[in-house]
Amino acid sequence: MPHIDLPEGYPGIRSLFMFSPETAKPLNDLVQTLLHDPTTSTLTPGERELIATYTSSLNHCKYCASTHGAIAKYQLGGNEALVKDVISDPSKAPVSPKLRALLIIAAQVQEDGKKVKTEDVANARQQGATDKEIHDTVLIAAAFCMYNRYVDGLATWAPDDPGIYDAIGKQRASEGYLTKPFKV
Amino acid sequence: MPYIPLKESLPGITGLLDYRQDTALPIRQLTQILLRGASTLTEGERELIATVVSYGNECAFCSAAHTAAANILLGDTVISEQVKLHPDSAPVSDKMKALLTIARAVQKSGKLVTPAMVESAKRQGATDMELHDTVLIAALFSLYNRYVDGLASVTPAEPAFYERLGHILKEKGYMPSPDRYAGL
Repeated sequence: MPHIDLPEGYPGIRSLFMFSPETAKPLNDLVQTLLHDPTTSTLTPGERELIATYTSSLNHCKYCASTHGAIAKYQLGGNEALVKDVISDPSKAPVSPKLRALLIIAAQVQEDGKKVKTEDVANARQQGATDKEIHDTVLIAAAFCMYNRYVDGLATWAPDDPGIYDAIGKQRASEGYLTKPFKV
Repeated sequence: MPYIPLKESLPGITGLLDYRQDTALPIRQLTQILLRGASTLTEGERELIATVVSYGNECAFCSAAHTAAANILLGDTVISEQVKLHPDSAPVSDKMKALLTIARAVQKSGKLVTPAMVESAKRQGATDMELHDTVLIAALFSLYNRYVDGLASVTPAEPAFYERLGHILKEKGYMPSPDRYAGL
């Protein structure tokens, strides 16, 4: 049961957006720019969603990991196996060496920003990552340490039905983050 | 030295928010709403939440900056040190003590917030909105701390720097403006 009185029929962060529309606006604007808008980063929306999914999975945030896993799947042309591979072990997942190096950085940020070392950044650069891509990776991982804590810190509802996450994933992959959530 | 090229005149978070301004804007808007918007918690109380989370994450830049802002807003330098070092005996209200306990749990993981912690805060008069804001402020600083440390931004050693920044945070809040850091 959630720690505060939240509207029923909306899972996870969606219930918090309904509870506090004022803070919902910048929280959604941030993911729209950081994850969805294809023009704001040289990482694809699919790659960015994989970083968000992996960070959420490391934080054991079921709602965020399932939701962004589903969004990533739709952004990657339905490749659910790739999403599962990244979650279980990015070092063995069939992603580019650059994304693999960036996922290592994301995992360090998830633990503590100070865990990111010069050699990890050098390795990402060697695999072709730009300054901006390194920046975006750190900020996506940091942002999901916020979203995950917001969702779990207030004990929001994380549905068990995979169909709910799939429907949310489909909606967000096609519409972005600025449209209204639907009632479950 | 930062992992990406940041302006030398803008240390810590200030250079990062300048580096990518399209993501900085919603982050700043969220901070302004949470720390300076209408609330039944004072601005000083909300800065204390930011301070204990940054201190828990050992983010030297954020911890010093928000300690300075809290001290200026509270007109006192003892309270912020006490909430960091001896939270149980710190000279703050029982409601604040309970909210700071929740903030410290969120700093580690959202899942560590227990129903007993929430009950205790409610018994001391905390409202659902105060609980919501406490969790989201703690989550937001989990983002900031990782952003600042994950890209190895510069942490000035000079205490007077944080005093100057603290005054900017009190007088100008968190929204961007062209001359925002002129006095830094």
